[in-house]
Parts: sequence; C-alpha cells; structure tokens
Amino acid sequence: MSRQFQFKLVLLGESAVGKSSLVLRFVKDQFDDYRESTIGAAFLTQTVQLDDATTIRFEIWDTAGQERYKSLAPMYYRNANCAVVVYDITQSASLEKARSWIRELQRQADPSIIIALCGNKTDLSSRRQVTQEEAQKYAEEENLMWCEASAKTGEGVQDVFMAIAKKLPLSAPQSQKGAAAARGGSTGASGGARGVDLNKQTAAPDGCNC
Amino acid sequence: MDEEYDVIVLGTGLTECILSGLLSVEGKKVLHMDRNDYYGGDSASLNLTQLYRKFRPDKSPPAELGRDRDYAIDLIPKFIIASGELTKILVHTEVTRYLEFKQIAGSFVYRDGKISKVPSTEMEAVKSPLMGLFEKRRAKQFFEFLQNWKDDDPATHQGRNLDTDTMESIYKYFNLEIGTQDFIGHAMALYLDDDYKKKPARPTYERIILYTSSMARWGKSPYLYPLYGLGELPQAFARLSAIYGGTYMLDKQVDEIVLDDAGKFVGVRSGDETVKAKQVIGDPSYFGAGASSAKGSGKMRVVEEHKVIRAICFLKHPIPGTDDSDSVQIIIPQNQVNRRNDIYIAMVSATHNVCAKDNYVAIVSTIIETDRPEMEIAPGLQLLGPIYDKFVSISSLYTPTSSGLDDNIFITRSYDATSHFETVVEDVQDVWKRVIGKDLVLKKREIEPTE
Repeated sequence: MSRQFQFKLVLLGESAVGKSSLVLRFVKDQFDDYRESTIGAAFLTQTVQLDDATTIRFEIWDTAGQERYKSLAPMYYRNANCAVVVYDITQSASLEKARSWIRELQRQADPSIIIALCGNKTDLSSRRQVTQEEAQKYAEEENLMWCEASAKTGEGVQDVFMAIAKKLPLSAPQSQKGAAAARGGSTGASGGARGVDLNKQTAAPDGCNC
Repeated sequence: MDEEYDVIVLGTGLTECILSGLLSVEGKKVLHMDRNDYYGGDSASLNLTQLYRKFRPDKSPPAELGRDRDYAIDLIPKFIIASGELTKILVHTEVTRYLEFKQIAGSFVYRDGKISKVPSTEMEAVKSPLMGLFEKRRAKQFFEFLQNWKDDDPATHQGRNLDTDTMESIYKYFNLEIGTQDFIGHAMALYLDDDYKKKPARPTYERIILYTSSMARWGKSPYLYPLYGLGELPQAFARLSAIYGGTYMLDKQVDEIVLDDAGKFVGVRSGDETVKAKQVIGDPSYFGAGASSAKGSGKMRVVEEHKVIRAICFLKHPIPGTDDSDSVQIIIPQNQVNRRNDIYIAMVSATHNVCAKDNYVAIVSTIIETDRPEMEIAPGLQLLGPIYDKFVSISSLYTPTSSGLDDNIFITRSYDATSHFETVVEDVQDVWKRVIGKDLVLKKREIEPTE
C-alpha cells in the first residue's frame, strides 16, 4: 500500500528566467522555444516516486506574471512547503533578483519552507555570467539547496524536484488544501474539522448536523 | 505601461477582482491597479500591523495578541451563502482550488431580549424556542406551503399568487405573529428593513428557499467562510485574471482619469505615465468618493446613499448563548430594537485562521439612522460579553451617478450592509452587462488540470 504526500511548491524569480519552462519540462516533458509569458497556465501537479512505498505529489503554483510589478498576493506564499527560486545563468542581474525573492520568502513564508535556488539555461553555458561557485556559495550561506538545470534540454530538471522531495518532512502537517486532505487522509494544521468542498453537492461525510 | 489595454480596472476589491478574472478568461487584455500595497481594497483582510496603520496610526499592536501574520481581520462583515451566486462563480471559475472553506457554525436571531437558533426546516421550527405551541403549527404550515410550492401546479398555491399578493398578505393568511415575521423576513429572507412586506411575495419566497437550501447543503448554518479571511477571495480572482494574462500593479498611485474632448475615457495617468484603454472599471474611491482621492480627476462620479457603522470587536471568548460556537451570525431585526434597519453581528475565530488561538473577532454593523451611531449598535455590542478591544469605523456607501455607456467609465458600488455577497454578484453582473453588452454567462475554464 503506497502512501502519497502532497506538498505545495511555489516558483519565484525574475520574469523570463524560465520558471514556467522548468515546470513544463518537469510536468509534461515539453519545451516551447517561443513561450513568452505565462498565459492560461493550468493548475499543475506532478508526482515523483520517492521509494516503493512513497510518492510525493507536488501542487505547483506559477507566479502567473504577478511578480512583474511586485504584486504577488500573500495567498501565493500561504502554506507553501517548498519553493524553487530560479535565475538565469546568462544574466547576473537575475541572481540579484533571486536573492531578493529569497528574502521575501524568508519574510512571508512559513519558516520551515524548503528553498531550492536553481540556475536555469545551462544549455547556454557559453554565455554564462553566473559562476557555479558564486551561486553555490550564496546558497550555502543562506542554507538553501542549489542546482543548475536546462528546461530546454531537460538536463537536471527531474533532479531538482527529486532533491526537494527527499528533503520534505513526511511527518509534518502537509498542504492544508481540503482536496489534498481528502485524497491523502491528512488533517489540516488547524486540527480536526475538515474544510468544505464546494464542488461537491452533498454535505461532507463528517458534517455533523447537530 | 506603454501598451494599450482593453480594460483598466482600478481597485482590487472583490467586485473588481471577480470582474477582471472573468474579463481575462473572456480574452480581454486587462490592467489591474490598486493604490494600496495590498490586495482587497475595502474587502481586504488586514494583519495587525495593517489594522493599526488604518485605525491607530500612532500606536502599535499589543504583543499579547500574538504574531502579526496570524491575523486576517475583515473590514466588511459578510459570509458566503452556500447555494448563492458567489458559490456558483467560485465553482465555475475553479478558483476554489486556491481557497479552503469552512462552515459558519450557527445562525442566530434576536427575539424578546434573547438569541435563538434560526429554524430552517419544519422540524427545527417545531423545536424552536422562538415560538409558542400554536405559532409553531402555523409556522410549520407556512414553511410547508413554501417548500411544496410549484409554479405549474395550482393545487400547491392555496389560492395565493406570489407575483401579485404582498408578503404581508401571505403572513396574514398563515396568521403569523409579528415576531415570527421578524425572524422569517430578517434572519431567513435576510431583508435589512421591512419594505419587502408591501411588495409581491415572490422575491421573499426565493430568498427563503435560498436560505433553506443553503442550510440543507452543509448543515449547521447556511454560510461558508474562506480560511484566512474574506481577503482571500479577491486574491483568488486576481490570480485567475493573471493566469489569463491580466497585468497586476499594486502600490500604484492613480492621479487622473484622462478623457478626450467628448468626455469619453482615454486612459489613466499615474505620475507622468498615461496608460490607455478602451474602458475603465473601478471602485467609488477612484471616482471622487472620500477625501483621499479628492485630487484625482476632480470629478465626482458617485453619490452617497447611506452610511454604515462597523465595530470590529476582539473577544477572548465565544459569544454568550451561542453554544460556544466558533463562528456565528446574529441578526437583530429592526422591530426588536425599534429601528428601521437591522443590526448584524458576524463572528469568526482562530478556527478560520483569522486570529491567534483563543481569540474571537466579531463585527457589529448597521445602517446609520441618527447622529449618534455608536449608540445604535449598543444592542449588538451588549450581546458580545466583555470586549477586549474595539475598532469603530463609519463608511459611506456610494453608488455611481451614470451607467458608463456614454463615457466608458464603469463604477462599482460600495459593499453594502447585507450579510452575504449576493448583492456583490448582482453588481458584477450589472457591470458586466454594461461593459460587454450582454449577460454574464458562466463557462468552465477550458484548460484541464494535469494529473
């Protein structure tokens, strides 16, 4: 009997560093050269098999462009279990932006959030502006996971998510989303009373009519 | 900011965010701006720092209240009625995936100095302490009449006509006491005053059916509430809009509504930039309401209808007489306290992730009738027991002076004193029809979630 755990993963980083492309590669193993900005992105989920008995299901939130004018809603960070902060290895300014997103996460998100700093576009390494040493040093200082990947070739993409999956605490309360609770049988951190699923017509099974 | 948009939306209140979400899904190019650095406008939920900044700028919150981030204090007290129009929009747009809802534990009504649970079925009516024995029988007959009513079956009509008979005459037919009429009209049909009695009975019938079907859907009460406060609702619709290409700018000053020579909308100026669009939608504060925006374009495009007083009260206990419910609605019908408008209490607590553990937040509100508004809500405040702290505000309710059809300026209404969001959805539908030129039809999002 396999156990499934669900976690909310948020993406952050400057516009055009390839946040959506990384997810598209991870979830659908696709890449689109002309993908300009995130429009109509579905609510993405993907599972990874941790071991024979355990799967991790990521509920992935894309910024949907709301990062552009610093207008991400608090809802975005709420109950996020992990974050992938993306920079472009060919743009040193994008690492600076990543640093400010990490500060924002440390301020807004749950202190236990797992953060991975990810340098994208390794296929363009001839134009590299951010050295591995520089990014790795910063990640170590801030106690972040660090990796590089290419959404275009797929190199390193699965590894990012697998590495995060391995670090997630499987005993702690997970994503509080009602649907997740219903699937995984977990309880929300607020304890006991389960949320109401508006998509269902009838009362929740534990709905007490007293 | 040099692009041209189909629609610029000003203010990120719930009405504006539902509209920009739906407009983006429809394929419109939307720019959404807010002068505040947070989402929600008047329908925001504030943390302690933001609450103090608004009400007591020279003080800071007491450490005893706990962590700032544990608080999401609503500015307007409303609940979601389970079978209402907002629920339909939430489900159709699938923004439900960003939100989690909990029930409101109880719905109470004040009668003769006491509060009692609002009965919503014949069975509950029979057990309710709100009515004497004979009155219960009459109420039972009244509810059976409503529940059995079929438009195409005259046998169920008992000689009544919902479209021509007044509600008063229906009450009279069933010989219901005034006190019973009070809880039916105010705690179930959710009218704020008694004007409905002189009007045809059908809208009241529909409202009672909405209440009872909402009640039947989840039990306990007909109301739902989003965890982390009502301010989550505009954020969820803003995300919907963004996913469909909507551009979001918070903390953006709106300095001028730019018009052409014919007085038609051209664009919005912020500092020395002007963004152009075909149409603009915005809340009243961007069109002359309130003092803060008196500069702006200068032109007053809204008119004040009423004033509402709202007292946000922090409690350290559940409201007495509510079976220790973690959340309630209490309605004090106007007749019961010799007023023209009801007093309304909405309470939520740590269960809804809006405050730290063992805290309760109740908002007492009413439409102002005198020049001593705080006295007017006293009957509501008295029901709460000891009040730890209180933040009182008086807001004007504005309504637009023109339809926008001539100048392409479409203004939403202020959040009214009703206890749920049905009038907000009516406003959304109304603005939509004027902006788009046809009725709002909800359609499913086309993109399937990927498994």
